[in-house]
Amino acid sequence: MNFETTIGLEVHVELKTKSKMFSPSANEFGDTPNMNTNVIDWGYPGVLPSVNKGALEYGMRAALALNATIAKENHFDRKNYFYPDNPKAYQITQFEQPIGHDGWVEVELEAGDTKKIGIEELHLEEDAGKNTHRGQNSYVDLNRQGTPLIEIVSKPDMASPEEAYKYLETLRQVIQFSGVSDVKMEEGSLRVDANISIRPVGQTEYGTKTELKNINSFNYLRKGLEYEEKRQAQILLSGGTIRQETRGYNENTGETVLQRIKEGSDDYRYFPEPDIPPIHISDDWIEAVRQSIPEMPAARRQRYVNDLGLSAADATVLTQSLEMSDFFEATVKAGADAKLAANWLQGEVSAYLNAEKLELAGTKLTAENLATMINLITDGTISSKIAKKVFKEIITNGTEPKQWVEAKGLVQLSDPAKLLPIITEILDNNQQSIDDFKKGKDRAIGFLVGQIMKQTRGQANPKVVNQLLMKELKQR
Amino acid sequence: MAISKEQVTHVANLARLSFDDAELSQFTDQMSEITDMFNELQAVDTTDVEPMTHVVDLVNVVREDVPAPADPEERKALLANAPDTEDGYIKVPAIFNNGEDSAE
Repeated sequence: MNFETTIGLEVHVELKTKSKMFSPSANEFGDTPNMNTNVIDWGYPGVLPSVNKGALEYGMRAALALNATIAKENHFDRKNYFYPDNPKAYQITQFEQPIGHDGWVEVELEAGDTKKIGIEELHLEEDAGKNTHRGQNSYVDLNRQGTPLIEIVSKPDMASPEEAYKYLETLRQVIQFSGVSDVKMEEGSLRVDANISIRPVGQTEYGTKTELKNINSFNYLRKGLEYEEKRQAQILLSGGTIRQETRGYNENTGETVLQRIKEGSDDYRYFPEPDIPPIHISDDWIEAVRQSIPEMPAARRQRYVNDLGLSAADATVLTQSLEMSDFFEATVKAGADAKLAANWLQGEVSAYLNAEKLELAGTKLTAENLATMINLITDGTISSKIAKKVFKEIITNGTEPKQWVEAKGLVQLSDPAKLLPIITEILDNNQQSIDDFKKGKDRAIGFLVGQIMKQTRGQANPKVVNQLLMKELKQR
Repeated sequence: MAISKEQVTHVANLARLSFDDAELSQFTDQMSEITDMFNELQAVDTTDVEPMTHVVDLVNVVREDVPAPADPEERKALLANAPDTEDGYIKVPAIFNNGEDSAE
């Protein structure tokens, strides 16, 4: 029997507003525990939550960037549950009317194929605090309590773990470029739950789905889904039935393990949030938010190819992260040749970041210094060999390259008047090589160039040296 | 529509409340009366009436995204009201970590 797979993802994204969703506490965690909290976050009786306009607009921005329709009339709802990470005993969310609906993203698959993955809805809600478990107790830090979240629910449009991976990658990219979140899975600002079911090919109704949680990386998403696909197929092939359950991914074994069997729907007793009056969103407001959306990766790629003359491949690599894309543009703006800037960023810069496990912001490299260094290469001031030395200096110490090169005496020797006497002297001392050259042995040139480089401590301009050397050799 | 004792027990469980038999009977009767009263409202024709979520005419009550500075005194007072604390954390009995300790 052949099966086909159906996958849908629920993605939570933390919005990087300055204050919380419903209280003016700072939206920062990692600080002293419970420092960024107030009576609203702790759910004290009689407090009045108020909606953060910035969070609303970030939510609208995300919805628009994902081609969704914004709901004109919004209200919030209470979802009731008891858990120590949320002392209110309810989460304020949007249950009945999500802020955005019916969006889509275009995902690039193998061999240049693309697929549109639908987005069912996006709704705004608040995050809970963080529990740490130790021995017989758990420890609660409410700094994260009330952080604005947007939950993005896809349609069950993905037919393989690979498609789910690609969808998540595209989604992360769009959200990052829209500027509303850092979308870092390792820091929890991007979190994903996956629903997966399989059915015999040709069957119209979906199979029973399982929900996959505890997914800590893009790779684990793919691996966990691949495991579930096989597990479900084995059960069906041996005549069994799939249970509707929540399963967690175990990174060590690569397996999914049962967490909880779902019996009926959870009883959250939703009702409209009485403390927050409805939010009406006008066309003008939507338009203003639309204008505030930064340029998306696809538009940037097009501009890099059409206006800056980059290859499509270069444009794709440079727009994989907002940080890299912005840095590239700043380097070009600072006067660097676009193609050279692209090469350096994809080559030496990326290699350095990988080796040091850093991000651009974690280095001392500035777009201005990179542009200056690139221009020192193009105008012949330094050789590409010396440039590697200069690069190491500007990325680790943030030194201004032009002054450094001059101070260190690394300026390339390109003046024929200075090079010629050196070349003549070396030729005078190496008659054997001249004879070899006359006999057609090209290796002799390499030897002579090497001698000249040695004499100039690597600072001679190879191009000029070659020209002068050939001219001299022919005259002897 | 009569409310059953099982329904009251269920709702009580969700609210982390426990009742003895006498209370359970009392609340079952009272809740049945309340739902009966609401059922009378079903007689009203609401065909063309939009659902209403709020009774006041306020809309778009929003706050600019400006953080208030952290108040160490307020934090101290809040932590003092928690049943138990340790190193600035709220200390609670161990929670089974099933990966659901974040918003869903």
